[in-house]
Amino acid sequence: MNIHEYQAKAILNKYGVAIQNGIVATTPEEAVEAAKQMHASSGQSWVVVKSQIHAGGRGKGNIVGTEQRGVALAKNLDAVKEISTNILGNVLVTIQTGEKGKKVSKVLVAEDVYYPGASEPKEYYMSVLLDRQTSQNVIIYTTEGGMDIEEVAEHTPEKIHKEWIDPLTGLTGFQARKIAYNLGLSGQANKEMVKFVTALYKAYEETDSAMFEINPVLKTSDDKILAVDAKVDIDDNALYRHADLAELRDESEEDPTEVEAKKSNLNYVKLDGNVGCMVNGAGLAMATMDIIKLSGGEPANFLDVGGTANAQTVEAGFRIILSDPNVKAILVNVFGGIVRCDRVAQGIVDAYNNIGNIPVPIIVRLQGTNAEEGKKLIDDSGLKVFSAIQLKEAADLVKQVLS
Amino acid sequence: MSVLVNKDSKIIVQGFTGSEGTFHASQMIEYGTQVVGGVTPGKGGTSHLDRPVFNTVQEGVNATGADVSIIFVPPAFAGDAIMEAADAGIKVIVCITEGIPVKDMVKVKAYIKKRACTLIGPNCPGVITPEEAKVGIMPGFVFKKGRVGIVSKSGTLTYEAADQIVKAGLGVSTAIGIGGDPIIGTPTKEAVELLMNDPETDAIVMIGEIGGNYEALAARWIKENGTKPVVGFIAGQTAPAGRRMGHAGAIVGGKDDTAAAKMKIMAECGIHVVESPAEIGAAMATLLSAKA
Repeated sequence: MNIHEYQAKAILNKYGVAIQNGIVATTPEEAVEAAKQMHASSGQSWVVVKSQIHAGGRGKGNIVGTEQRGVALAKNLDAVKEISTNILGNVLVTIQTGEKGKKVSKVLVAEDVYYPGASEPKEYYMSVLLDRQTSQNVIIYTTEGGMDIEEVAEHTPEKIHKEWIDPLTGLTGFQARKIAYNLGLSGQANKEMVKFVTALYKAYEETDSAMFEINPVLKTSDDKILAVDAKVDIDDNALYRHADLAELRDESEEDPTEVEAKKSNLNYVKLDGNVGCMVNGAGLAMATMDIIKLSGGEPANFLDVGGTANAQTVEAGFRIILSDPNVKAILVNVFGGIVRCDRVAQGIVDAYNNIGNIPVPIIVRLQGTNAEEGKKLIDDSGLKVFSAIQLKEAADLVKQVLS
Repeated sequence: MSVLVNKDSKIIVQGFTGSEGTFHASQMIEYGTQVVGGVTPGKGGTSHLDRPVFNTVQEGVNATGADVSIIFVPPAFAGDAIMEAADAGIKVIVCITEGIPVKDMVKVKAYIKKRACTLIGPNCPGVITPEEAKVGIMPGFVFKKGRVGIVSKSGTLTYEAADQIVKAGLGVSTAIGIGGDPIIGTPTKEAVELLMNDPETDAIVMIGEIGGNYEALAARWIKENGTKPVVGFIAGQTAPAGRRMGHAGAIVGGKDDTAAAKMKIMAECGIHVVESPAEIGAAMATLLSAKA
């Protein structure tokens, strides 16, 4: 589960990770108030207004149809008002949002932490995540902060350091010190970094997170170490033991159809294509999407109905797929193992009749237990449904209805 | 031979008396699998499906000599159940449970590394050696005995592959559903290695999906050590980046996670990669007839 920057920073703060402070605002007036408070608490006259959406690249992204960046420095209160008016309620397009962009309903008014001082401010990168290959958590860090980590990895891989964490000990003291030294820090900044990484790992562990990415980590001109941005992904499977974190879910960031599908216990992901699909099992569902593509279509969705493909789930699935106006055909692909194909077929016929008129052709491929009986049920139903048993036949039917 | 499970395997069911455990244990027994008992804490001493119920895995092992366990315990307790089985000396642990927190699995992996056991799953359909033992939730009738091994991250796609293999006039030696989670006990390479070393397996179907690098590691191992033909398929060629496709592990995070990247590496390593999942059976039949 992804959360917003301001939520992630609140978590970090709770675990003792130093952050760039800020206040969330939903209107330009609130933003101005927030800026006044930031002026008072930080003593700095500048603030940064940061769009809160679940996507990266905000600083380089623009509000649709304007020159307004998603993250902008405001040197006075008038600028705070102008920037937040430009941003709030409007759509931000970044490299990660796709062309459609995302509507911004909150901004974070944050203190300016790049103030001048005894030394130059310097940006670093740090993330904690699971390394699948070793089944251990790993801390990835580099002196090349503020940049896209994949680009750093591609062009200067030698600058990326990794520290694997033994699950029996957790992050050890010597590892934390090693990280601070590898980042070239000395004196007070070194000590601050040891504290920073130790608290960061604790926060990651205790929140059951799947990823923490802090980019940039900033050494300020007075040798403090701060998280200036934070991207946090919490393990959905662990939310049952973190009721407080589960509440951070922002459904407005999700596709409304996907939220609806979740209520029917369907695993649905909206895509941009023209052929909808409904499948039992995640792997077969992905494979079915691939078949659609190979047959000349584009998948309109991923939909796994799970092990119980009955009339109710099938009907809910049809309704969700049909709510997408781009859908020109639907491919149902069920491999009946424990689920019997004749039951699934009956479910499809019942769902079809309940919905009434389905305007697009439906291809039903049933294989496995009682596949022949299932096919016969579909063929005898008199509905506008094409039936198949072999996967190849289904692929050919998709081709046929699209041409 | 055959790998992991066979007709002599003695299976204990953890989470035996729950609805999932009851249903699938009955199916396994019907298939002819030697289910020797089950474990449900608090119900020890009773009997279920005409088999003894134990409070702990250790009691079950002591009383029955069980060497394989299958786990149907809910996600919050499944990590503990795996460690209990490992501690009791179970050799092959098959965990069906979907939805175990990653943090629990990090601990479990570290724990079982020090014990002589093999974990299959979690979030998997299990393992089947046709006509000998079905330790999982797959429809047994699809898997006819033969000499093609299957390794797959996905349940229904495993059944699909097995069905095509059988319809192509071949059969299955052992099918291993390794699971779709980010952390699994037996990754692709390890499962492929088992089948490469199995004298009853002549060829291997390797089915992967987007996310992680297990398929790439397996492909490189096959290039160096492979002695049998391999047909490969990767699901999710059309999956968008950054979206989780059903399985907790099926997400394109970086460029190496994509189906295209994996298929390229697999092809470079000599694996016969099919673009369409409908061609798995036909491709295997062609490969084997060319060899013969």
